[in-house]
Order: sequence, then C-alpha cells, then structure tokens
Amino acid sequence: MAARLSTLRGALLPIGLLIVWELASRAGLFSAVVLPPPSAVAVRWFNSLVPALPYDPASQSYLSWMLSGELPHDAVASLGRVLAGFAIGAGLALPVGLLMGTSDRLYALTNPLLQILRPIPPIAYIPLAIVWFGLGNPPALFLIALGTFFPVLVNTIAGVRQVDSIYIRAARNLGANPWTLFRRVILPAASPFVLAGMRIGIGTAFIVVIVAEMIAVSDGLGYRILEAREYMWSDKIIGGMLTIGVLGLLIDSAMSRLNDHLLRWHRGLER
Amino acid sequence: MTSTLAPARPAPAAPAARPSSDAEITVTSARKVFGSGDKAVVALEDVTATIPAGQFVCLLGPSGCGKSTLLNAIAGFSPLSEGQIRIGTRPVTEPGPDRGMVFQEYALFPWMTVEQNIRFGLDIKGVRRAEAEATVARIAATLGLSDFRARFPKDLSGGMRQRVAIARILALDPPVMLMDEPFGALDALTRRTLQDELLRIWAEYRKTIVFVTHSIEEAIYLADRILVMTYRPGRLKRDITVSLPRPRDSASAEFNALKRELGGLVMEEQQRYTKAEMSGTAVD
Repeated sequence: MAARLSTLRGALLPIGLLIVWELASRAGLFSAVVLPPPSAVAVRWFNSLVPALPYDPASQSYLSWMLSGELPHDAVASLGRVLAGFAIGAGLALPVGLLMGTSDRLYALTNPLLQILRPIPPIAYIPLAIVWFGLGNPPALFLIALGTFFPVLVNTIAGVRQVDSIYIRAARNLGANPWTLFRRVILPAASPFVLAGMRIGIGTAFIVVIVAEMIAVSDGLGYRILEAREYMWSDKIIGGMLTIGVLGLLIDSAMSRLNDHLLRWHRGLER
Repeated sequence: MTSTLAPARPAPAAPAARPSSDAEITVTSARKVFGSGDKAVVALEDVTATIPAGQFVCLLGPSGCGKSTLLNAIAGFSPLSEGQIRIGTRPVTEPGPDRGMVFQEYALFPWMTVEQNIRFGLDIKGVRRAEAEATVARIAATLGLSDFRARFPKDLSGGMRQRVAIARILALDPPVMLMDEPFGALDALTRRTLQDELLRIWAEYRKTIVFVTHSIEEAIYLADRILVMTYRPGRLKRDITVSLPRPRDSASAEFNALKRELGGLVMEEQQRYTKAEMSGTAVD
C-alpha cells in the first residue's frame, strides 16, 4: 500500500508536466517545430512502432512482422551493436585486466600507457575510426568496444589487486596450485569489481552507440533522430529520445539484476 | 563450569583414531627476522621444540611474542630466517594440506556455500565426486552443519563460520591442525562451546594441534602442554605440561593454581610489551 502510494506520488510530477506541456503547445505558446505537444509525440511514436505493411504469412513469420515497424527495427539494430561492441570490448578487457592485476611487472609496464589513453573519450576517436574503418558497422563497433574496454579494464585490475590476501593464504593451505588459486579464488573474489565495471561499460556503450549511429550507419535509434532533424520532425526526435531513455533503463536494470544474482553471496547486497 | 555438555550428534565414521607418525612437529633453532638494517625486528630467536604426534599444544604469550610467526612458519606461509621445521621427516618449505590452518578471521570463501567451502580441498586433491560428497556430509554432521550446507558464509554467525573453517580442513584429514586464535573474535559462551567441540574432535581424530592464544584460561582448558613465549625476541620462556583430567573444571583449585602461575609468567612479558609500546618501539 505504502509502496503504491509512493509510486503514485512519483508519477505526479511527470504527469503534471505533460499536462502543462500539452496545454502550452495547444495554446500556441511555441511552434510545433520547437516543442510539439506530447499527444503528437505519442501518435508519431505509435505509428513508428507498428508494422507498416499488413501481415503476410507466406513471406515472413509473425514475430518478424511484429518487429518490422521502423522503431522496433532501429531498436534491435542499436541493441545488437551495443551487445556486439560490449562483447568485443569486455572480452578484450577482461583477460588483459586479469593479467595486469596479477602481474606487478606487467602492471608497472603498462599502467602509465593506460592512464594516458583512458581519459580520451571514445567520441574523440570518431575521426580516426572513420579513417581506419570507413563507414558502416565496423567504426561503430570499434567505438562501442572502446567505450566498454576502459571501464571493464580499470575495474578488473582494481578487483584483482584488492583481493584479500587471507583468501590466498587459506587456498594455498588447502593445497591450491596457482591455476586453481586464480580460477577459484582470485577470479570470484574480484568479480564484484569486474561486474561493476561491466555495468559502467554497458552504460558507456549505450551512449557511444547513439553517437556512432549519427555518424557512420543508416539505421538505429541514433541515426533515426538525426534523420528526423533534417525534416524538422521534432515529435519524432523526442519520441526517439524517450525510446533511447527507456531502453537504457532496461539495459541497466537487467544488468543490475544479473549482478544481484551473481553476487548473491556478497555482503554488500544484504537487504 | 565443567563441560559435560557434549552435544548429541551422530558419531561420525571416523578414520582410525591413532596419531600418525608423520604428525610430529620438530622445530630446530628457529630464528625469524623481519626487515633489515636498523629496522630489523627479531620475531623468533633460537626456538627449539618437539611436538609429538597427537599432542595438543598451546602457544601462549602477549602480542609481539612471535607465537603467530611460529605458527605461520609451521604452516609454510613465511619461511624461517634460520633453523628448520619438520613435519615427520619432511622439512617444511611451502604451505600444504597436511597442515590445516584455522584463522581468527575465518577466511571462508564468501562466494562458496558452506558445502563448497568444505569441499574445496577435496576438489583440489581430485577426490571422486561421490566420495567427496560422502566426506562432506560426514564432516558437516560432525560439526553440526548439516542444515547449513546450502548457506553462504555471510548468513552465518561467527561461531558457525568457525565451524565451517574447522570442517574445511578436517575434510582433508590432515595430521596437523594449526589454529591462530581461532575463537578470539567469539563471545564467551560460543567460545566455550567451540572449545568443547574442538576437544571432542581432537579426541576422536587425534590430530596434532598447535593452537595460538593469548588467553591463559583457554590454554589451560584445552592443552596437553603450554609453551609460554617471551616478548621480542620470541623465545620459549616455559614449557608446561597440563595433566589435569578432562573435562577440566575452570573453577577447581588446581586450574586456578596453574592460572596464577601462568598469569605471572605472561604478565612479565606483557609488561615488557607495554613498556616497548609506550616508548614507541613496539611493532606488531
């Protein structure tokens, strides 16, 4: 009951804003190009969500028909890029981070370079990415992977380096060889840090995908809102932005639930 | 309080309760120096002792007397500067599952369940699944952990965690058990319960136990023999055999006479420690 009440209270402000916005637009306070009314945004958004053509069982499955609208197509394209880029970036960062965290010599050798490269925002790589990879998916994936790489790398290194030495002593006492020690002690002990890095990494990937799509490719949510600007379709731009927000929220909460499950042993998650 | 409160638990199908010959610990002229030059601290100096198989020995002394240093050297965590330690005939060179260690901080792996923690050493040893499961079930029953096997350490009390830590090394059936103030962080009642459990396990499995404590009463309650150590450098100050029959009554006259004697010895060292602490030279 109390929870429902607080949800209601939380919804008060957004709903109030929508009403004020709608009324202000209808009263002609500003033009539809500057700020279209929410009702127009909703209609535009719904139209891009539903399939443009009638269902034809001969040529497509029901699911692919359902997803054939412009918005689902773009959302799937963007999500696919995020996942692929994330997989590449995290897949590279994890082994490198584990090595750098485990070996003091390697750490001393590579950490200065890491500290120089890390503050460069992925966005700053766009010109170089286009020179290297041309247009299309490759530069987009490169940028997304880059956005994922550093947060995962930095957290993995920190995670390995902060492993409490008492676990290592206990494991060696029980007969663990270096490989077992690494696989069954250091890796799980570092996992809260690694997963936190992945959560940051996928958030960055989501930011980068929108930018990358504005530059290099011709579908996806980022491309679509930039395209809408050419026609001054502000309602479509706003609808696209809200879709991006909702998708980002979904990705983050999915990641957070995965973390909670994987780290159910962790003290910090007691509630 | 006498401890006739032996908990009613199923008797485990124990391995032959006879101390094995490779369970004797020989410490010869042990010396351990930390640091070097002006900052060098001699933690152990000329410690020589033989701990026969199956004996329950307490190392007693104030902070900085080298008792944990000696235990860590026996465990193989930190090698001696000079001298030698042997288990049976084999010199100690590195940590090994023949010398199970119980830490004050429990050191359970928090990402493993109780069952996985107990199994860890068996997995490493390559024990077959069915056999490992049977061992875990038996050891868990011995320590009253049967109902907690699926729990994670964070959901257990300190006393239960220390039971898991004991079970974890007992599963490997090591001839030697090393215990570094294992009950130091527990409340008095839990502590006494676990002391009784430990004595029961020791009587059943006949391990050689080296138990570090700074509690005089705990040492008298548990040990066959108490080695009192001096404050820096750590030497053996006194070697006392405790022949009181078990279970021991901590209110008895004999217990208290021993407590007074040991109290005097330990306090001498404690005063040296305090003096060093006040002058800022104590490092622990």
